[in-house]
Amino acid sequence: MEATVVRTGTEGKTWGGGNEPLKSSYGKMMMWFFILSDALTFSGFLAAYGFSRFKFIDSWPIADEVFNHFPFLHGVDAPMYYVALMTFILIFSSVTMVLAVDAGHHMKKGKVTIYMFLTIIGGAIFVGSQAWEWKNFISGEYGAVTTKGGNVLQFIDGEGERVALSEIAVPIAGTRVEHESNNGIWFDAGQDLPTYSLDEVKAGFIQNEDLLIRTQMLTEDGEKTILSREESLMKLNHDAIGTVEGANLVQNEYGAPLFADFFFFITGFHGFHVLSGVIINIIIFFNVIIGTYERRGSYEMVEKVGLYWHFVDLVWVFVFTFFYLV
Amino acid sequence: MAHDTTQHHESATKRIWIVFAILSVVTIVEVILGIIKPEFLTDTYLLGMRLLNWIFIILTIYKAYYIAWAFMHLEHETKGLRRSIVWTGIFLVCYLIFILLTEGGYIYDVYKSGHVAWDF
Repeated sequence: MEATVVRTGTEGKTWGGGNEPLKSSYGKMMMWFFILSDALTFSGFLAAYGFSRFKFIDSWPIADEVFNHFPFLHGVDAPMYYVALMTFILIFSSVTMVLAVDAGHHMKKGKVTIYMFLTIIGGAIFVGSQAWEWKNFISGEYGAVTTKGGNVLQFIDGEGERVALSEIAVPIAGTRVEHESNNGIWFDAGQDLPTYSLDEVKAGFIQNEDLLIRTQMLTEDGEKTILSREESLMKLNHDAIGTVEGANLVQNEYGAPLFADFFFFITGFHGFHVLSGVIINIIIFFNVIIGTYERRGSYEMVEKVGLYWHFVDLVWVFVFTFFYLV
Repeated sequence: MAHDTTQHHESATKRIWIVFAILSVVTIVEVILGIIKPEFLTDTYLLGMRLLNWIFIILTIYKAYYIAWAFMHLEHETKGLRRSIVWTGIFLVCYLIFILLTEGGYIYDVYKSGHVAWDF
């Protein structure tokens, strides 16, 4: 372990890192403490996701239908390709990180610099991809109708293809206008008007005989239940209370709002980790360039930030499985 | 890990690339299975879960093993450190999963067989 000895002026101080319990330096040990506790935090989130999913096991949104976008391929159904690409980018940045650590063991400053740089680029691309994924999820694609019970109803045509609200709705001269602050003394906040009102969607649905409604309940085969034309009309006339486009913390056009809540929370928390990892990597990167670790005689700091970076990758492997695959 | 000779150095980088290849292949397999969803895997149930989901979870743990052992250098740490990290995590995670999923399943049953309508 000669190469990983730190010289930080704490030699001989038991609580300052002078000792090496379990033959691991103080800093590395503390990084492992942190990683383990952070791993349990993520486990808590993912287990809570599992709890909610088990609670709504027969009506949970199907990930393939939610995340099916790919850059520059508009309207093409591409389930999981993009998230698989993101996974590759993150795994590859983990590889460059471990190569940087390895180069650090041999005190090769040039190689450490290059590999650290590649790692930072990989991390930045990943965070950007996640932002794009969020954007697609928030803006939604087809839109749906919400019911009194808080469920959603989606539309399909005779061939079983999804139909967007924009294709169904027939414009009706507006009866309600958006309330704005210049119209009222006591104005606090007005509710935004939906792009398409429920009446417009209903009118369009009645006109087009082909259209059917798909509920969020899953059949035996794991497909969404499709109602007959009569059932669809009944459901739309009796239960529908509004329209929804995209997803936020309160509404979700793809199904249970809890799905959206957990998606934002878990991928957001993970994305925050990636972001802080990139920032820490940048700091270490500049330290490498100005020769801090060369003078210290050890690149252990690269190893420690590397541990954190691999941990972020490790968490993503699980998030990928439980959000997109299972 | 101090490698004093160039020979050792080469084997360390070689190991990294091999692990990268394993992780890539496993991810590709997962994605392909996720897109095709072979019927015999989705129709077969094992312990209350589709066989396909079991495969995904096992492959994920397999990937996690390689990331932790090769990239995070757990394979070079002392047994004591390795065990205190791995078993603490595994024990608490298993406990969490068991308790929360059991409870989730119970609430599902209550929703389903209770006298309150949820779909209206």
